Amino acid sequence: MRSSIRMKTLTATDPRRRALLAGGAVFAGLMLAGAPVMAFDVNSARSLIDRAIADVNGIIASGKGEAAMLRDFEGIFARYADVNAIARSALGPTARSLSAPQLAAFTEAFRVYIARKYGRRFREFIGGQIEVTGAKPIKSYFEVSSIARLRGQSPFDLRWQVSDRSGKPLFFNIIIEGINMLATERAEIGAMFDRRRGDLNLLIQDLKSI
Amino acid sequence: MTVVASAKSSRFPLAALSAAVLLTACAPAPRSAEDPLEPVNRAVHGFNLAADRFVLRPAAVVSGPVMQSPVGTAVSNFSDNLGTPQAAVNHLLQARFADATHSAWRFAVNSTIGLAGLFDPATVMGLEERDTDFGETLHSWGMGEGPFVMLPLKGPSNARDALGEVVDVFTDPLDNVLSDGQQEVATGAWVLSKVGDRARYLETVDSILYGSADSYAQTRLMYQQNRRFELGQEAGDDAFIDPYEDADSN
Repeated sequence: MRSSIRMKTLTATDPRRRALLAGGAVFAGLMLAGAPVMAFDVNSARSLIDRAIADVNGIIASGKGEAAMLRDFEGIFARYADVNAIARSALGPTARSLSAPQLAAFTEAFRVYIARKYGRRFREFIGGQIEVTGAKPIKSYFEVSSIARLRGQSPFDLRWQVSDRSGKPLFFNIIIEGINMLATERAEIGAMFDRRRGDLNLLIQDLKSI
Repeated sequence: MTVVASAKSSRFPLAALSAAVLLTACAPAPRSAEDPLEPVNRAVHGFNLAADRFVLRPAAVVSGPVMQSPVGTAVSNFSDNLGTPQAAVNHLLQARFADATHSAWRFAVNSTIGLAGLFDPATVMGLEERDTDFGETLHSWGMGEGPFVMLPLKGPSNARDALGEVVDVFTDPLDNVLSDGQQEVATGAWVLSKVGDRARYLETVDSILYGSADSYAQTRLMYQQNRRFELGQEAGDDAFIDPYEDADSN
């Protein structure tokens, strides 16, 4: 009998239940209020790239086949990159004249294209390792620097530009030994678009099959 | 009133004319302003693509396994070592005395302990390669890069760096030391090391040369950005691309 008293469930009027509920509400409130307060700073930019690089290193160490690795790299772009901004920038001024569904279709095709293209290059890092070496604020964004050490090659410089303009911290550019992804993709997508005489649907179709 | 009207009417065609002149001057210009030799460069690029497709790439595919084995590494080390005195001289000309000493020690170590440069013990000892060339020397003396130039067989360059290459060829300090036969061996090793480079970066180079919509534009852009990075030229404000600049208008 004594134990049944101790084990009694908390009734609606029990002060302990009310205290628990109140505590829960306060905790939830703190969580909600706390989330937007968390500042996007150099450390969060660095930790984003730390996580992205840990994933890249994990994929290149996994020893999976090409198709499986490319799928994994698509996941990295989906999680850590602002593909919407990268796609819009690669298309240049043309992006402004597109309807929302057209831009969405292009962005989706570009997401597949960019992940495969860079995934293939990252795949050559097999046996290598990427290491974050620093992060600093530059104007409206943060630049995280890293070094890629590959077997039998001099280490090379890899920089990531990170912004939270999309609503959360994501990288929007990669710079490999000075070669800027946004700049090369702007030139390349521009050339592809010209070659297809400005036929957006054809461009979208071809981007998915590259 | 008539004076004002005539003034207006005479000003209008003038404005239209100057706008037309500006347009005709600018329309084809955005590219050619930064690449005045583009037509010639593109022709040379076409030739280089053919040379790659029919000679360099097949040689790289065939010799790939050998060139990426220790034998290939030894050939590449040997060739790199013979370029080190030249680098040391350029370091001196750039007043980078610590780098000049570094390169001189590297050459001494690899030429002796490294068995005439076949092995690279210097890197393990902290004497890693610090490559440079006369193009960089000219840069350190304040010379601008000049127009972009696509060199036959050698590939992308610019006026300053192409001049630098010519000077480097004629001022190699080893020229006075090596016999004719030894120089032929040096040249052979250099050619083989280039084949080895093509083999090592086979997929990457293929993707640029044969996988891009405009391989000339990609080659030019990548070369220019990478060269400026090598020379420590901080990318200026105009090089930064802000993908969010017109996000608000979308």
